[in-house]
Amino acid sequence: MSAMSPLPISPETGPQVVLELIYRLKVRDAMSSPVITAATGDSMREVQYRMRDNGITGVPIVEGGRLVGLVSMGLVIEALDAGRIEQRAGELMTRTVISLEDDMPLAFATTYFNRYKYGRFPVLDRDGRLVGIVSASDIIRALLVAMNAEVERLEEKLSASASDRPADGLVRLGFQVTRFDFENAGKASAEIKKALKGLGVEADIVRRAAVASYELELNQVIHSEGGSISCVAGAGRIELAAEDRGPGIPDVEAAMTEGFSTANEWIRSLGFGAGMGLPNAKRVSDDFAIDSGPGRGTRVRVVINY
Amino acid sequence: MRISELVLSLGLEVAQGGYADREISTGYSSDLLSDVMANAKADGVLVTVQAHKNAVAVASLVGLAAIVVCNSRPLPDDMVEAARNEGVAVFRSSETAFEVSGRLWALLHRP
Repeated sequence: MSAMSPLPISPETGPQVVLELIYRLKVRDAMSSPVITAATGDSMREVQYRMRDNGITGVPIVEGGRLVGLVSMGLVIEALDAGRIEQRAGELMTRTVISLEDDMPLAFATTYFNRYKYGRFPVLDRDGRLVGIVSASDIIRALLVAMNAEVERLEEKLSASASDRPADGLVRLGFQVTRFDFENAGKASAEIKKALKGLGVEADIVRRAAVASYELELNQVIHSEGGSISCVAGAGRIELAAEDRGPGIPDVEAAMTEGFSTANEWIRSLGFGAGMGLPNAKRVSDDFAIDSGPGRGTRVRVVINY
Repeated sequence: MRISELVLSLGLEVAQGGYADREISTGYSSDLLSDVMANAKADGVLVTVQAHKNAVAVASLVGLAAIVVCNSRPLPDDMVEAARNEGVAVFRSSETAFEVSGRLWALLHRP
């Protein structure tokens, strides 16, 4: 553990351009590779030399390509203090290592740094092999490179957009949803729930609308290139519309089948990808329509009457 | 049984204690958030290993009273903060989801 000030970047409240950046970039775009590692049988002294020779402050401990622990500079200092520097790394390493997956968006890495206060995270591939290590300075470097490119692009095409909304007695809400933005996932649904409560809609109906909007929102976070969720409510009718920018569902019938999921491992590890999303949304709807296909976006319309 | 009584009865660590104490009617054990959305009942306790803020979002949407995170899984600060904002109690147990669920079931069904 090292005392470190948080990365001054928020996956929740930053400017849209930065948000898109940290969700587009992957951990593998920022990580250092190959990784300097040590074996469980190596002495702490050996690990210390490896840190010194490579100018690093943490060494993953590996057995047969698998990450089994980590020795930080702090542990080396403790070992020196306690006269245990000749002891084997396998005995003194931290075993509870929090790692990232190479396929995760960079936003996950920034969040992990602020959340766990470690100086670095080992990076595993989808098969669990150690493929890199990422420090806060790796992330800052990757972000600066990407932000420079982004600022250049923005300077080239400065455009303004205006929006206006007519008022006709109905409550209208609209939300942008960003791919892999699990930090903000559920916010649209929470706002919709709040608005419906405000309209005095009864609890059971509010729950049905919350279930439908949450599932549609999460589908966009997990599977789409990004999209939007809108809600129009009032006069006994709630209409939710989800529209995304692709890639589209190749087999809509399969997607509507409970248990069918195309989510990857780390998404499943967060508790998503159960293959219940669309069936859940349909179940709570009075009227449900979906339109999708490869190469175009997915549009889902849900109506709940009250 | 009230939320606050869970702490002593199940030997839980209080991770987020900013909640309005109320009666618990039931529990639900799952790590699949869509499953929780579909099947968990309001005023219930969620027994899970999903220690991240999306679990709080789901708990709040379906009106769950508390989340018990099992196996001493580390709780991220942003999860605890989200739970505080939503008034959802968050507890941590060193036991498995199986053990916590079994004990909770017995507590809620005792004569």
